[in-house]
Parts: sequence; C-alpha cells; structure tokens
Amino acid sequence: MLAETLVAQNISFGIIATVMVVGAIRVVTSKNVVHAALWLVCVLAGAAAQYLLVYAEFVAITQILVYVGAVMVLFLFGVMLTRARIGNENDLNNKNWALGIPVALTMFAAMAIALVGGFSDEKLPSPSTAVRIDTQAVSDAIFKPYLLPFWALSFVLLVAVIGAIVLARKD
Amino acid sequence: MLINEFLLLGAVLFCIGIYGVIARKNAVMVLMAIELILNAVNLNLLAFALRNGSPDGHVFALYVIAVAAAEVGVGLGLVLLIYRNKRTIALDELSEMKG
Repeated sequence: MLAETLVAQNISFGIIATVMVVGAIRVVTSKNVVHAALWLVCVLAGAAAQYLLVYAEFVAITQILVYVGAVMVLFLFGVMLTRARIGNENDLNNKNWALGIPVALTMFAAMAIALVGGFSDEKLPSPSTAVRIDTQAVSDAIFKPYLLPFWALSFVLLVAVIGAIVLARKD
Repeated sequence: MLINEFLLLGAVLFCIGIYGVIARKNAVMVLMAIELILNAVNLNLLAFALRNGSPDGHVFALYVIAVAAAEVGVGLGLVLLIYRNKRTIALDELSEMKG
C-alpha cells in the first residue's frame, strides 16, 4: 500500500506546484514587466517538471526548448522594444482590475466542484501498471492518425512567421 | 498520485491567467497571462493521457505548444506595430473602434 502512495512523486509534485502557483501569482501581480517575465520562466519550467511526473518526457523537453528558450526571448524582446523603462511601474493594471478577482474565484469554484465531484479519489495508474507513452508512440501518433493536423499546423507556423515579419517590418 | 492533483493545479493556473487577462493593461502582460492559461490546458491534457494510456494527449499538447509559439510571434508583432503607431501599448487607450 505504501508503495502505491508514491511519496517521492507526491512531495516533488507539492514543491513544484507551490513554486508554480507562487510564480503565476507574481506574474499577474508584479509591478515590473521584466520580473513578471522571469517569474513566467519559473512557471514554465515547473510545468516541464510536472510533465516529467506524468511520464511525458518529449513534451517536457519541447516545453523547455520552445517556451523557456524561444517564447521567453520573444517576450523580453517585446518588453524592451516597446518600452525602454526598466523598473517598477504603477500603471500596469486596468482601472477596474479588481473585477478580475471575483471572476477568477467564481471560475475556480465551479471547476473545483466539477473536478472533485467527477474524479474525487481516482488515482493515476501507478508506475508499474501505467502504459508508458514514449517518444516513438508520440511520433507514430503524429505521423499516422494526426498527419493532416500536423500539416495544417506547419502552415499555421509558416503563416505566423510571415505575418509577424510583415507586421513588424519598418517600411 | 491522484489525478485531481494535476487537474486542480491546472484549474488554479487557469484562473490566475484569467485574472491576469482581465486585470492587466499592458498588452505584453496580457500575452503572458494567456501563456499561463495555455500551460494549464497542457497539464490537463497530459494528465488525461497518462490516465487513458493513449498518446493523443501528448500530440495535442505538442500542437498547443506550437500554436502558442505562433500566437506569441504574431501577438508581439501586433504589439510592436501598435507601439510604433501610438507610442503606447495600454489596452484601454486603443478605443478607435468604439462606436
């Protein structure tokens, strides 16, 4: 029974989840845009660690490469190109920002009720019984049943790249 | 591990992201909050992939990551363009299309 409770996984989940939630709250409350971007790195890296806990190694590596590597650099570029001021600002929130708190809390209450009611004590498969989905299974799924969405996605990326260049070009 | 641990963490991140989208005025900050929301969704997809023992969740998570990267690229391109034309990226000052 003790083996099935997975103490190490639960402890690491708790630590990473705490870091992620604190980081996410700092992202949306920080008065400094650059600090918010760096807290976002914390959240995204924590998400990658959580993906490892659900045995999604390939997605975790992709998360690090794409988010922490590329998207964060884009964000920092965006911050620095739109405003040279580095430091605290008091003008980052809307006038009626407090409206967001009841909306978020109501939404969380609804989701929590649905999740606790729907999956109350359901356990994830233990490491001994879980079907491991390795990179080979993922690539088999991408290139066989999901080939058409994969093509569509590559066109989306192409259009996004061209669109971003066209939008940002000085002419 | 309970599946609800991952799903509730996803719900918390999602709601923090929703708060960020509503409360923030700076367009770059709104994009960051949207990234939080997309990551919450990915966490759910991967938890369900483990629960069902199927690679579909992984495939969708990868697609979400790719679409998020495209979204950030185009979004920041738009933000730069708005900044160049208006010298501000405060979302409540962009009210030309208000009737």
